[in-house]
Amino acid sequence: MNETSLQQIVESILFVSDSPLSLERLYSLLEEFDRESIRDAVTAITADCTLAKRGIELVQVAGGYQFRSRSECADYIRRLKKLKPARFSPSSLETLAIIAYRQPVTRSEVEYFRGVDSGGVLKNLLDKKLVKIIGKKDIPGKPLIYGTTKEFMETFSLKDLASLPTLREIEELVDSGDDMDQVPLPLPELE
Amino acid sequence: MLTQDQSSLFSHDDSIACLVRTEAFEGPLDLLLHLIKKNELDIYNIPIAEISRQYLDYLDVMRELNLDVAGEFLVMASTLIQIKSQMLLPQLADPVDDEQGEDPRAELVRRLLEYDRYREASCLLIAREVLHRDVFARTFPSEELEAFPSDEAVPAVEMFELVDAFRRILAKVPKESFHEVGSENISIADRISDIMDYLQGRESVDFEELFVGSNTREFIVASFLALLELCRLQMIRLLQFENYGRILVRSAIIIEDAEQS
Repeated sequence: MNETSLQQIVESILFVSDSPLSLERLYSLLEEFDRESIRDAVTAITADCTLAKRGIELVQVAGGYQFRSRSECADYIRRLKKLKPARFSPSSLETLAIIAYRQPVTRSEVEYFRGVDSGGVLKNLLDKKLVKIIGKKDIPGKPLIYGTTKEFMETFSLKDLASLPTLREIEELVDSGDDMDQVPLPLPELE
Repeated sequence: MLTQDQSSLFSHDDSIACLVRTEAFEGPLDLLLHLIKKNELDIYNIPIAEISRQYLDYLDVMRELNLDVAGEFLVMASTLIQIKSQMLLPQLADPVDDEQGEDPRAELVRRLLEYDRYREASCLLIAREVLHRDVFARTFPSEELEAFPSDEAVPAVEMFELVDAFRRILAKVPKESFHEVGSENISIADRISDIMDYLQGRESVDFEELFVGSNTREFIVASFLALLELCRLQMIRLLQFENYGRILVRSAIIIEDAEQS
């Protein structure tokens, strides 16, 4: 098979898929092709979209590839789409940010950072599937620990957790006696 | 509006008869940060006495307005007062390089800085290209392609669009019929049962179909009122898949009937 047809195959699969497809997934779907060609095809599609100034682009998001419309076209697409995008209140964004950067994190840790009860906000984020329970902490009371989901990365166009915007560094005062150490990022995606 | 309220709130003017929007503050840390920034204070060297005073002033106003002062605000107030009293103890050294003991404010400053950092991070997050807001991706099965999506997925029709559709139908009424002195009596109750009959056995019906039958203004108005009443009683659902697309009417009680028979 020549390169062009593989590119067409990969492009059509990516077009039809309802969620980002990882390279691993493409490899297993297209067993008869060698991995390098598949990778090349993905790169070629990405380049084609950019060069041809298409209305869509192939982006890396949530550990996979997905066709997405260009953000410059958003105003026009909204005329077509009836569904309203999810709205985020400052409190839910704040909570989401804490969970994203400090995961795995317990509710009481979130509340320590925010200074307010966060049960309702947390439930809302769970309902929206932006965060999930990833286990229990091995301390007295065995509190639930939370982390972000694949949907979170999809929603905020994140390739992976390591591509979260870098946090501003806090000056030396912070590292003295902070008993909750920052979890090093990137984190493995916990399924 | 908000800043105006707050600036008058913390001015030394004793008349604090102003509106406060407490929802603007997410919590005590948020309020403290606001006070620090407003007064252009050095976060590493917070004048606790002054900040406590302003903080308590704020709580007073909240209480005066009969607003629920959340428990967290009171916890922070007691923390501030505790720090303030600790600061009054004699062994106070330079907060930057004290070796005798930690500055009583250190813990609070750490929390404020951390909080500020995450708040900044949340701004960075929402500034990204958000799916379904800035960028769009295919979602399958597409609403139009699927035979019938679940009710939850279907957006409800907005009032304006319904009124628009109604106006379009009214506009079709021939002019001369405006002058007819109609002896024809059309009751809304009749139209309700007609519409329900019509909907039975049909999955969904175009909104405009329900106005077919008579061309008089009375008929159309009665039909529209019947539709509104049916919506209110939740006997029908109005659906619209696209902006300015056609409006569909679907009976909401088909399933119940099927179960009864």
